[in-house]
Amino acid sequence: MLKEEEIRTFIDGATNYFEISAQQTATVGSPYLVTDGNPGAYEYTGVIGISGSRKGIVYFSAPRGMLTVLLMRMQETDTSDENIKDLVGEVANTISGNARRDFGKNFVISVPTVIAHDLQKVMAPHSRSYVIPINWRTHSAKLVVCLE
Amino acid sequence: MDGQSKPTLKLMIVDDSNIIRRRIERSQQIARLEVVGAASNGREAVELFRRTRPDVVTMDLTMPEMDGVECVQELVAINSNVLILVVSALADKATAVDAIEKGANGFLCKPFTDRQLNDALEELLSEA
Repeated sequence: MLKEEEIRTFIDGATNYFEISAQQTATVGSPYLVTDGNPGAYEYTGVIGISGSRKGIVYFSAPRGMLTVLLMRMQETDTSDENIKDLVGEVANTISGNARRDFGKNFVISVPTVIAHDLQKVMAPHSRSYVIPINWRTHSAKLVVCLE
Repeated sequence: MDGQSKPTLKLMIVDDSNIIRRRIERSQQIARLEVVGAASNGREAVELFRRTRPDVVTMDLTMPEMDGVECVQELVAINSNVLILVVSALADKATAVDAIEKGANGFLCKPFTDRQLNDALEELLSEA
């Protein structure tokens, strides 16, 4: 179960990522709790396994359009599928890694696993997940935090 | 040559993300740094390091095969004069302190702007 200030850590991580990497502000919708074990996903998802003091996953999921524009904002000209997958994993990795500022060193993060073009494969390990909607330009994405 | 110019230094970039490797190569504007190679994990980095003998390294921490902290130790054991800038998303103070204790010379937290990258590299090179 996440506390309100712990959800704030992930919201701040997401907004900070867009502010610095894209040099544009992203807005965050109201986080909500999903209890059926299916928080949903977009076309590309970067999944980080969490172990140590907390257990579960954090994932960032976004449509190709958002990730392509984000790459371009980062001056990256190669918008191939490989680089899109790389980016979605890197966003998940960065937000999760930044969370250690508040969660501490024992919040251990894995290297990213990327799931693309197969929404059914994106699964939460527990029934309860918090979904943080992220809006940037005309695009929507979600950050899902599923921790014991 | 004015006799005052500093020698070119070789830079190796280590990160498991291709876009971050390309970003660092593209964004670094330090005239005396020349990129000699890039590696996507610690093991690859050690091999490349032996081959290219870089003076400066940017080092990710969370990587497959061999993580960044272990890699820092290996590189410093090969050449104790190498300058290593850790570039990582791991934002807790203990991780930065650990990397510095293992031989890194600076720490830059992801995400970063071009300006932050270049400032961090300049600061690192002031030790050279």
